[in-house]
Amino acid sequence: MKHHSLLRSIWCHVCFSKQRCGVIICRYSTVYDPNEKVSLIIRDFSLFLTCVIKTCKKMGIKTVAVHSDVDSSAVHVKVADEAVCVGPAPTSKSYLNMDAIMNAIKQTGAQAVHPGYGFLSENKEFAKRLAAEGVTFIGPDTHAIQAMGDKIESKLIAKAAKVNTIPGFDGVVKDAKEAVKIAGEIGYPVMIKASAGGGGKGMRIAWNDEETSDMGFFLSGHISDICANGFCWCLQVLADKHGNALWLNERECSIQRRNQKVVEEAPSTFLDPDTRRAMGEQAVSLANAVKYSSAGTVEFLVDSKKNFYFLEMNTRLQVEHPITECITGLDLVQQMIRIAKGYKLQHKQSDIPINGWAVESRVYAEDPYKSFGLPSIGRLSQYQEPLDLPNVRVDSGIQEGSDISIYYDPMISKLVTYGKTREEALKKMEDALDNYVIRGVTHNIPLLREIIVHPRFVSGVISTKFLPEVYPDGFKGHMLTAGERRELLATAAALYVAAQLRSQKFLGDLRVSVVPAESRQWELCVELDKSVHMLGVSRSGNNYTVEIDGEKVEVSGEWNLASALLPITINGKHRTLQCLLRTAAGEISLQYLGTSFKLRVLSKLAASLSKHMPEKVPEDTSSILRSPMPGSVVAVSVKPGDNVAEGQEICVIEAMKMQNSMTAAKTAKVKSVHCKAGDTVGEGDLLVELE
Amino acid sequence: MVIFLTKTHQFPKGGLCSPPRERIEKKRKAALTGGGQLRIAAQHKRGKLTARERLELLLDPDSFVECDMFVEHRCSDFGMEADHNKYPGDSVVTGQGRINGRLVYVFSQDFTVFGGSLSGAHAQKVCKIMDQAMMVGAPVIGLNDSGGARIQEGVESLAGYADIFLRNVMASGVVPQISLIMGPCAGGAVYSPALTDFTFMVKDTSYLFITGPDVVKSVTNEDVTQEELGGAKTHTTVSGVAHRAFENDVDALLNLRDFFNFLPLSNKDPAPVTECHDPRDRPVPGLDTIVPFESTKAYDMLDIVHGVLDEREFFEIMPNYAKNIVVGFARMNGRTVGIVGNQPKVASGCLDINSSVKGARFVRFCDAFNIPIITFVDVPGFLPGTAQEYGGIIRHGAKLLYAFAEATIPKITVITRKAYGGAYDVMSSKHLRGDVNYAWPSAEVAVMGAKGAVQIIFRGKENQAEAEAEYVEKFANPFPAAVRGFVDDIIQPSTTRKRICRDLEVLASKKQTNPWKKHANIPL
Repeated sequence: MKHHSLLRSIWCHVCFSKQRCGVIICRYSTVYDPNEKVSLIIRDFSLFLTCVIKTCKKMGIKTVAVHSDVDSSAVHVKVADEAVCVGPAPTSKSYLNMDAIMNAIKQTGAQAVHPGYGFLSENKEFAKRLAAEGVTFIGPDTHAIQAMGDKIESKLIAKAAKVNTIPGFDGVVKDAKEAVKIAGEIGYPVMIKASAGGGGKGMRIAWNDEETSDMGFFLSGHISDICANGFCWCLQVLADKHGNALWLNERECSIQRRNQKVVEEAPSTFLDPDTRRAMGEQAVSLANAVKYSSAGTVEFLVDSKKNFYFLEMNTRLQVEHPITECITGLDLVQQMIRIAKGYKLQHKQSDIPINGWAVESRVYAEDPYKSFGLPSIGRLSQYQEPLDLPNVRVDSGIQEGSDISIYYDPMISKLVTYGKTREEALKKMEDALDNYVIRGVTHNIPLLREIIVHPRFVSGVISTKFLPEVYPDGFKGHMLTAGERRELLATAAALYVAAQLRSQKFLGDLRVSVVPAESRQWELCVELDKSVHMLGVSRSGNNYTVEIDGEKVEVSGEWNLASALLPITINGKHRTLQCLLRTAAGEISLQYLGTSFKLRVLSKLAASLSKHMPEKVPEDTSSILRSPMPGSVVAVSVKPGDNVAEGQEICVIEAMKMQNSMTAAKTAKVKSVHCKAGDTVGEGDLLVELE
Repeated sequence: MVIFLTKTHQFPKGGLCSPPRERIEKKRKAALTGGGQLRIAAQHKRGKLTARERLELLLDPDSFVECDMFVEHRCSDFGMEADHNKYPGDSVVTGQGRINGRLVYVFSQDFTVFGGSLSGAHAQKVCKIMDQAMMVGAPVIGLNDSGGARIQEGVESLAGYADIFLRNVMASGVVPQISLIMGPCAGGAVYSPALTDFTFMVKDTSYLFITGPDVVKSVTNEDVTQEELGGAKTHTTVSGVAHRAFENDVDALLNLRDFFNFLPLSNKDPAPVTECHDPRDRPVPGLDTIVPFESTKAYDMLDIVHGVLDEREFFEIMPNYAKNIVVGFARMNGRTVGIVGNQPKVASGCLDINSSVKGARFVRFCDAFNIPIITFVDVPGFLPGTAQEYGGIIRHGAKLLYAFAEATIPKITVITRKAYGGAYDVMSSKHLRGDVNYAWPSAEVAVMGAKGAVQIIFRGKENQAEAEAEYVEKFANPFPAAVRGFVDDIIQPSTTRKRICRDLEVLASKKQTNPWKKHANIPL
């Protein structure tokens, strides 16, 4: 059974009793390498665990976090009412140590366990022991998880339940040759899924034979066709143990990169009530067919003619469940707990409303400028969620100081905004993204911020091919208009002057008096994207008037140089920028409209003298291949002396379950190879040199 | 006849009859153009600024007050007495000015005049401003760009060097002295920067060596380029002669302005305090999780340092040399502090010859100029081995010990993890008059690591693993030190900034003196 992308883990929460309330939350992980540092797992889970704990708190249920000794400072451990350490770092001694966990359950008097997904949910031995102790499972039973977890079996069940399924080949492909043959029969494009990959991981789309055979190298998975320009909708279902099931409307999940969702919203702009009902009813009938109980999600692919096809059913609370909660007013975690306890559903289908609009952005630690998001790693040196804004919800399992490593999913958080209308929710999302402080890792806020303001997205014309169609040459960040450019230049200039003025302020009694340069006017030279602008700046208090090419820009603000956020007013408009970098040599990086821009501010004198400075020649990159991200080398296809053609694959780097083919930038002979399969490489490490 | 000759030959530039005012203007103009437009163009072509351009950029606008613009060399040999060989001001520009409003004395060698070579007059100009800087109590910044001694002047030039050296030594510990090497600096000339507190270099355009590649080749038959022998990379990574290198002249001068703000004007002044926007009681949640659970795992000490400081701003000194120790300047609640930290990421943060010397010199600078020192300790001990022993780790390690022990400025110490053996004593321990010594909960103050200790205590005995566990239980935590008062408190890491800011305020009025002595005898 596959582990799902975000949670290749098990978490369980246990809860409620009439006498003594206690929830036990334990976590398990399937780490690739048993020697992997377990402390890094935290991020993956905590996000969900904290969400569960929050609901339990609301319900008056006490929670107990189970953790290994290294995770004692993880977020979920901090927010739980009680914490039990079940052993040392290795998972076999802690999270997999059934005895320790059973002891923890007994010791705390906990009465329910959520088996989650991953090994423990399939571990019948564990289930038996829990049952023997009279401890309740929260979540669907093993049978449903197994049935829906198998991509092939799930389709057969769906077909039997009269759910629309995608025409295609549901089986294991032996080699590239066979893959090409089958793909040809189905018709391009086809989606090929690696058997090892869960969720969107390992899913690739091939548009022709060549691409299919390239992928054959990796895959032994199944092939199905894909709606070339379709939608991805997820129907939330809720089923109790008494055969009752509800559908809680759809979530629009079409904005994806590498078949993983990036921006989701509920409801969808495209879906009409009839289609919604038809989909909902099929989802419910599928749930009934597997005797599903608890919350689950049925994913459909939808083509432009509103034909929908069953893709898969996720037997868990999905990442984007908060947006369904926002528009329906239901707390899904609470519903899951009720269902587990054996209560009947409280609501009828006709009770389920669509109130307002909710949008969710998945904030990832990844570089959106590389294939819409290649994983990045680092330590979150600064981290501040925009929680002081109303109608903003952030579910995250990380905190300032967390490490983001190559071994886990790079998700930082899910950022949800809610509004009465879609417009309001999107506006709120803009503010939330501008006020979100993430330092230490590269993140995808530039891309998220661009998507939600893109005219095509705003008008609701969304499809799974949104990103490649809108950015055919790759994402390049926000393109500044002339007016925005002026705003940015003016802000940088004002910030520079504010910093200069502060550096003359010395406090205390001074033996030798300070004679600051008295100036109310500054002539500055600001460089942005290799073009240089002459700016005139004048100041009165905290207000700066910046003259750029004859146009005046008024900028005012507090100019707190220590704050990560820079809330300012530009020409009467309120904006929040972030100052990412400010150096003595005049470099200023500002995050403006989501994208980070590098500027250099110099006095007129310094700028005029800079022209004498020697140009330092950057290294020629066409003959060297560097790793675009941290990861491990899966395969190296060349050796020194080989001749390679431009675009030919040289090696494959894997990070976070994702394989990236590295190709030659020019036709040349291979000079040297600096890596071998199995090596761990960092971003920018030299892999192969060409002549 | 005589008069006639005098008129035509001796004063061709101004002429005896031209009014003094005109001559003054002429000389002044000549001084401002240094070696002339051609040489200025050549200087620019090399990617270097002129002596005056550099000062203009280094100092606040219109703040430079020049001294000795009319001084000329006095050499009368080898045709040097000829009028076209005299340049008003000679090969150095000197004076005083302001950096962010604060007084500084400067000299800037002019490569366009005789290659910036040092004449008696040149040295005399430099000495004059140094003398005045000492009397006033203000730092001296030298911008070095000189081919070396003025060969034509012979011993006069050597005397000039020695005069400067003497003043460098006299000023040492009285006013901060900074050298920025912006061109060649060879032969005896190198010793002036070496005597100053900080030596910075410009990448690709500056060199420091005793003898150039040609002499090296003839004496030792080594083939080496200027850059390899004495470039910025060599001196900031291999030799430890320079404290930092910058991309180019503009970058270097702007950074120097920034650096200057950290320094007090003299040993009579307290560490400067600037306006601070960073809340002094700001919690730093990331610090609670930074020290890995496994004590063998590395982490980056700079993450702790950046988290604690005002605005994460850290001016690191020698960032690429002896990287197992981190030193540099920063501010806490606006006040300049010196940071010393073991770097677990490099060689486990052990102390070796180079890191001891690097740390010692930095600590002594801070002590001389009233800059409080904050020490972050995660040290497994001194590096063992023949290379270290033969190299004299004993006497070099003693330097750091000496420097911490002798220092009377406020000393705050935070033990983040390991503080083992003699290295524990060295790193600003309570026993060396640390004012406030903290331990994080992850601290382990012990004679050595558990394994080594157990091997000695229970030599030859069985159940070593059990003994090791017992040792860990007993000593691998902050209690043995805390119950003896060797650490003042065990603190939550996230409160470190708040605690230090509060302590610094209290310790600002600290007074401590060492016994009278002519001078101390640090093990050099």
